[in-house]
Amino acid sequence: MLGFVARRLLYLVPVLVAVSLLTFLIASLLPGDLAYVILGDQATPEKVEALRHDMGLDQPIWWRYLGWLGHVLQGDFGRSFRTGQTVLQAVTERLPVSFELMILAEIIGLAIGVPLAIACAVRSGSAFDRFMTGSAFGMLSVPTFLSAILLIYLFAVELRWLPATGYVPFQEDPVGNLRFFVLPALTLALAEWPGIMRVLRSDMIATLQEDYIAMAKAKGLKPSRILFVHALKPSSLTLVTITGINIGRLIGGAVIVETIFALPGIGRLLVGAIYTRDLIILQGVVLLVAAGFVIMNFIVDMLYAVLDPRIRYGHA
Amino acid sequence: MATLELSIDEDVAVSPVKRTRRLGPLFWAAIAWIILVFAAAGLVGVLPLPSPTDMDMLERRAPASPLHWLGTDGLGRDELARLIYGARISLIVGLCAPMIGVTIGGALGMLAGYFRGRLETLVVGSMDVLLAFPPLILALAVTAYLGQSLLNLTCILGVLGIPAFMRVARAATLTLARREFVIAAQALGATHARILLRELLPNVFLPLVAFFLLGVAVFIVVEGAMSFLGLGVPPPISSWGSMIGEGRESLDVAPSLAFIPAITMFLTVLSFNLIGDTLRAFTDPRQGAL
Repeated sequence: MLGFVARRLLYLVPVLVAVSLLTFLIASLLPGDLAYVILGDQATPEKVEALRHDMGLDQPIWWRYLGWLGHVLQGDFGRSFRTGQTVLQAVTERLPVSFELMILAEIIGLAIGVPLAIACAVRSGSAFDRFMTGSAFGMLSVPTFLSAILLIYLFAVELRWLPATGYVPFQEDPVGNLRFFVLPALTLALAEWPGIMRVLRSDMIATLQEDYIAMAKAKGLKPSRILFVHALKPSSLTLVTITGINIGRLIGGAVIVETIFALPGIGRLLVGAIYTRDLIILQGVVLLVAAGFVIMNFIVDMLYAVLDPRIRYGHA
Repeated sequence: MATLELSIDEDVAVSPVKRTRRLGPLFWAAIAWIILVFAAAGLVGVLPLPSPTDMDMLERRAPASPLHWLGTDGLGRDELARLIYGARISLIVGLCAPMIGVTIGGALGMLAGYFRGRLETLVVGSMDVLLAFPPLILALAVTAYLGQSLLNLTCILGVLGIPAFMRVARAATLTLARREFVIAAQALGATHARILLRELLPNVFLPLVAFFLLGVAVFIVVEGAMSFLGLGVPPPISSWGSMIGEGRESLDVAPSLAFIPAITMFLTVLSFNLIGDTLRAFTDPRQGAL
């Protein structure tokens, strides 16, 4: 196990370096000079030249990359030239919001997807199964921003049950906080459950034909126990896999959902940085999100190894 | 949903239901809808439509009338015309972006799967770096620097699609390269180029096409999401995403402004998904996949 972890960790290093290089190159090579953006309308060639010199933008690119990487490794991702806030401050301030959103979404997604998958697997081929499989397929074609609009229209405009946009910190008002999170989390969950259901359903259908399930039935165990404990257990790896695959989609979805529902999370920070052309924040957020994504994928890989010994010892 | 997560779905349903080989009415409905959208987008120049950018401040959010079949939007622009012009944007991005992905990714994947060794390590490694970014984040960031235009958007999304197509092509090539007909060709002294183009390509082609159609659906969604955020194609060009985004502002007074493009987009994405999924089932040799 230790050897496996060490090997995966070693692979992490070049990927992270490449990610930082790509982030830096996107920010440096593409048009849109930082000095022009900062100076705005008052940009004269002399002023731009002076600022470029002050910021070190006139130095060779590899030198700038190494300098930047050095700062990043010390935790210095730069400072917004619009708000004066450091990237790290801005991100740590908003991270809890994004995490809360994604965790709630995943919980709701699992709460819808797992029972439906089990119900479909038990009666596979029935009208109910075909209807749910069809609905899941249809739901896969509904983009996040469409379900967001639909939910806002239904619950905020027509029924007026829930607020359409806004946010209060959990510490100040836990109930209010959750009320603000219901629609955004539900929006993301609507994109999550079809994938969960489809994969888990086919997994369960195979599991239910195993001998040990027949054995459990013969022993006279309660059907609910057989389904939720015996049959679900071997599918835990599948659930981890789906969750792992979903992370990237969740992050992308969170960007859209946070913007629509005005939740002050990382996604909104990113989109806001693009709107105001706050390039330092943009670069820092992209790097941190990508690094976080790589590390989360690494953790998912580790979870596989914990759950499935074949991966640990076999052809990993 | 709105990402480039073109996951290779391992949906090996051992469903006891015997699914028939016939293509159902749903499949043909999907084909019909796609043809309709294509025809409308292609014939937009000759259709008797009002201009999609002419504003009429006296006729804002007007209901459907003989002049404006689907009414007008918040700036008094004809909704139907904007919808059809928007279809052009969705189809251009939706078709061209995966075209870039399937060409470059397909070629890289076949080369990696056929030659293996260092080349494979390099290709797979660099794709891993591209995959290390959540796709929508990378697309938004690059657009922010490059500037918003249809060409930029298509190219960025195309590049983002490369890893997924590379994986499909490589996986298919890996299994095919060990098959008898390839070994026979090698024994007959065929060149690498001939084996890749004449023996492998025809076999890798079908899975790639099926995946391409699923890719079209994904890219239409991503373009829609970016335009919805106001970071896709720049105004005044209409796109389904930007129309939905504008319609969101008036959900309480004129919900149809958001729902008409939303339904159009949903039907189009669903159709591409249906066709792609059906084709994939046909090209998938695994038992139970049909």
